[in-house]
Amino acid sequence: MMKYKPLIFRLLENDKGGKYFIAILLLLMIVVPTCNLLIPESSVFYISTYVVTLLGKYLTYALLAISLDLVWGYLGILSLGHGAFFGLGGYAMGMYLMRQIGDRGVYGNPILPDFMVFLDYKELPWFWHGFDQFWLAMLMVFIVPGLLAFVFGWLAFRSRVTGVYLSIITQALTYALMLAFFRNDLGFGGNNGLTDFKEILGFDLQSDYTRNALFVCSAIAVALGYFICRFIVDSRLGSLITAIRDSEGRVRALGYRDEYIKLFVFVVSAMLAGVAGALYVPQVGIINPGEFSPINSIEMVIWVAMGGRGTLYGAALGAIVVNFAKTYFTAAAPEVWLFMLGGLFVVVTLFLPHGIIGAIKKISAMKSKKTKASVEAQKLNISN
Amino acid sequence: MNGVSVSFDGFKAINNLSLYVKKNELRSIIGPNGAGKTTMMDIITGKTRPDEGRVIYDDMVDLISMSEAEIANLGIGRKFQKPTVFEHHSVYENLKLALEGRRKVFENLFFKLTSEDDDKIQEVLNTIALQEHYKRDAGELSHGQKQWLEIGMLLMQNPKLLLVDEPVAGMTKQESEHTAELLTSLAEKHSVVVVEHDMEFVRSLANRVTVLHQGSVLAEGDMDSVQNNQKVIEVYLGE
Repeated sequence: MMKYKPLIFRLLENDKGGKYFIAILLLLMIVVPTCNLLIPESSVFYISTYVVTLLGKYLTYALLAISLDLVWGYLGILSLGHGAFFGLGGYAMGMYLMRQIGDRGVYGNPILPDFMVFLDYKELPWFWHGFDQFWLAMLMVFIVPGLLAFVFGWLAFRSRVTGVYLSIITQALTYALMLAFFRNDLGFGGNNGLTDFKEILGFDLQSDYTRNALFVCSAIAVALGYFICRFIVDSRLGSLITAIRDSEGRVRALGYRDEYIKLFVFVVSAMLAGVAGALYVPQVGIINPGEFSPINSIEMVIWVAMGGRGTLYGAALGAIVVNFAKTYFTAAAPEVWLFMLGGLFVVVTLFLPHGIIGAIKKISAMKSKKTKASVEAQKLNISN
Repeated sequence: MNGVSVSFDGFKAINNLSLYVKKNELRSIIGPNGAGKTTMMDIITGKTRPDEGRVIYDDMVDLISMSEAEIANLGIGRKFQKPTVFEHHSVYENLKLALEGRRKVFENLFFKLTSEDDDKIQEVLNTIALQEHYKRDAGELSHGQKQWLEIGMLLMQNPKLLLVDEPVAGMTKQESEHTAELLTSLAEKHSVVVVEHDMEFVRSLANRVTVLHQGSVLAEGDMDSVQNNQKVIEVYLGE
């Protein structure tokens, strides 16, 4: 008789890295708010609110990296435009936060956000209606990136665009969005984007409690995102996804519609990236067209490569490590950061083809081989 | 296939080709390089669209306008010239992906292996003599074993027609013999079309042979009559 186990435990059963990853997330969820809210500022264990928010931001990047790993590491599609989905999710959240400001803006207009008053808008554009409702904004966080991914994927996968060409058009996609969002008349605040947020769901965004709550929400979102992706890659669909990566023609000859499978994965990934963007915006307090810039999307690829693609948790690790380094070095030596980032990419490609996780796995495999060998040598000695 | 033609950049790869294969027939197709053997398979499986002609399957289904996946799901399985298996998947997993039916995205997301599925996989593992290797990655198999695995994957789909492109290329003599037995036994339940260069192998199949040359049928008959055919000798030995 098979004993029934909850799905989450079944998913983690053969996933050692995943167990550590989820354990660390749970630990962070408890430790970080405790050290911020309950421990006095004078203590060495105190974590400042700045750090809480910073960690929360890293977690949203981790979720973004996981979503990218799903399409790159498993499906084999190198997306250089995942920033587009992240940004759209962020804008959906930003629009809700803008509407929450109400009449507390500089111009005190109860309906129109400040930038619209400034740009002489007479009334709210149609696509801003309903964004004062949290549920609708959250729905849009999924729908807008998902729909874009669906339309884009439908066209690209049906016409069998693959490899470098596909990567280039994903890059073009995010670049086009950046140019569009820079325009004032698009109705998203142009260059300055959306900012000066006050509240989320009636809670003050500046308060420590809200910040901690957002941090915990981010951690939960990363864990859920991880489980969704793990569920997908562990299923027979996951097997097919890597099969498409390795030998697409064979998958087709077996009678699968590979384009539908790709489309599904791409849309799920885009939605997760959208959620990451939506959690990012209230924590950093701004969303502007810069999020769509191609360089951002390329950086995301570096996170995933650095951590180790095709493992999910590796991507999250890479996102956190690289961004930690970025925070540190852009403060300590801002002029060298971009060179470091470039250098990092070269080093990873040359010496760590499977990223940090790949290196760890290799070392532990070597160790267990050694112990095995020594155990066998001992056996031989005894028998001799 | 009736009166099929296809050309690439003005070169007629297939020229007014007509070929009829009966149910549960084992048919070998031979011909010099560039005779259009692989192109013919591409046309049947929907990979290449012909300029002219019709491809009728099962007495009434016209394959010309169908997609590759639709054709595969009608029961036409194909083994490629170069063995294509999923190298990073285990042998078992390879066969599991080839299981008949359940081709939709969500069916696969919530897929559960039934005991009948497992029985079917074990049966095929037996047929292709890979029982002991089921846990290994397909990439670790020998060339011959990969060819068998690929044939096994075709069998998992329960096809009515098997298209087998150069099954013994790179195989040892013993492996070829086993393959000949395998294909002959398969022809009891399936129609099998084999494209092959290896004359000895084709002879060992002891069946009807079609010779292709410059995209059309040059001769057809049993191996002896084909080998004594004057036109065939000319094509193979040169004028």
